[in-house]
Amino acid sequence: MTDSASRRDFLKGAGAAAAVSTLPLSMVKLAFADPAQDFTFAYISDSHIQHISGNKFVRNWDRGLIRAVAETNLLRPKPDFVMFGGDLAQLATKEELDHGAEMLAKLNYKTHMVMGEHDYYLDLGEYWSKLFGDHYYSFDHKGVHFVVLNSILTFDEWTYERWPTAEQRMLEMAGLDNPNGSPFMVGEKQREWLRKDLEKVDKKTPLVVFSHSPIQKIYKGWNFWTDDAEEVQALLKPFDKANVVYGHVHQIQYNQIDNISFNAVMATAWPWPYPQSYAQADQHLPVLTVPMNRADPFFERDATGWQFIDVATGRVALDYNLYDNTNRRVAFNAAKGHPEDMTYQDPARRIPPQVHY
Amino acid sequence: MSKKLFVVACGIIAAAVMVAGLGVRADEFTKDDVDRYQDEFMSVVEKGRKLWGSPDVGTNGVACGQCHPNAANTHPETYPKFQKQLGRVIAFREMINWCLQQPLEGQPLGLDDPDLIAMEAYAHWERRGVALAPGKH
Repeated sequence: MTDSASRRDFLKGAGAAAAVSTLPLSMVKLAFADPAQDFTFAYISDSHIQHISGNKFVRNWDRGLIRAVAETNLLRPKPDFVMFGGDLAQLATKEELDHGAEMLAKLNYKTHMVMGEHDYYLDLGEYWSKLFGDHYYSFDHKGVHFVVLNSILTFDEWTYERWPTAEQRMLEMAGLDNPNGSPFMVGEKQREWLRKDLEKVDKKTPLVVFSHSPIQKIYKGWNFWTDDAEEVQALLKPFDKANVVYGHVHQIQYNQIDNISFNAVMATAWPWPYPQSYAQADQHLPVLTVPMNRADPFFERDATGWQFIDVATGRVALDYNLYDNTNRRVAFNAAKGHPEDMTYQDPARRIPPQVHY
Repeated sequence: MSKKLFVVACGIIAAAVMVAGLGVRADEFTKDDVDRYQDEFMSVVEKGRKLWGSPDVGTNGVACGQCHPNAANTHPETYPKFQKQLGRVIAFREMINWCLQQPLEGQPLGLDDPDLIAMEAYAHWERRGVALAPGKH
């Protein structure tokens, strides 16, 4: 064996060892009555693929999605499907959506898509639909009813009348802190569809709703917010076990409102500050939430990541696979009736990087 | 003119100037002045906000505000501080320059560049009211 060949083998082996040590391969033991019904799914979100010009895209954001796809493909046991939680693109252009779709096509699993505002406000989801299908829909999988909502709609006047061009409309909604933006909402038409969809589902069936924005009100200034959240929640309340999983916020959040559990997922692109770190505004981060660690910008993938999720108890349990950071698990505590972090929930166990100011 | 007369004349002129107010330059300002100072500052803050949201500050179209809406998570009140990743105490504007070079893939600005000062002014303005905490990590 030549030196270069042995070196190559060594690197290959070292690469595989590194991958094994950082991947969440010790999957949780699931506990449906019928083990054949146990399953997990992976959740990737907020990749914000951003076109520069020609065939150039922002490298940093590309790397986040490429890594999530590669790691998801290595999961054992395999997830039954993958959810993508919205904001595949930054400004909803064909170039961005095509490039993102090409990366997602490398997933070895069926992928369901959620609409984000960065996918929508250029052509109101037209090109996204050509690639991915309906803006809202439901499906059943191994005894769980899944619903996907398009929660990033807003007032008709804002959408159809206010802006001279589609490009400007997209830019106005893309700026998270832009006061010219507009609050997200599911809207009456879709709520009526949801009411009818849920009508035929047994109320003991575990229900998991995927939306891009939180179906709860956290901070309006950055649209960590859905304007008709209460109306949507009212439709979920008849279910014994209702779960909402949302993207958009680029950070760990979780909450419990009546019988509805809420969990946010990470972005693969970049982290966002917790609203309490903006000194000029009131906000309502759920008190249950133990924040993710403050991001270290010198590690460009820090405070980003993806999740794998099980619904074994009828409640979602999220394993956060965090790049360049300690992984977290947030699961439902049946005794307390709300989600909690499996390591850090006790205030005595929290660590300094979880303090945001 | 004798020396004595000259001194007296100068005294009279000086008194006249003082009475007319022309000699008051450093120690008095009006509410209009204060408003003008604030307007001057706010025009720079506004310029800083535009730069903060601009895709043209770096080279890859990424804007500061994508990661730092309302300049949150920048903590200008904690600078100068030991930036652990650089191993030395730096000023806030050096960290802005770091971001211009890394996530924005651009060039750093001169430390007295009006654009850099505008971005610094904007971040400070969004953080107004928060107590100074130099050195805080």
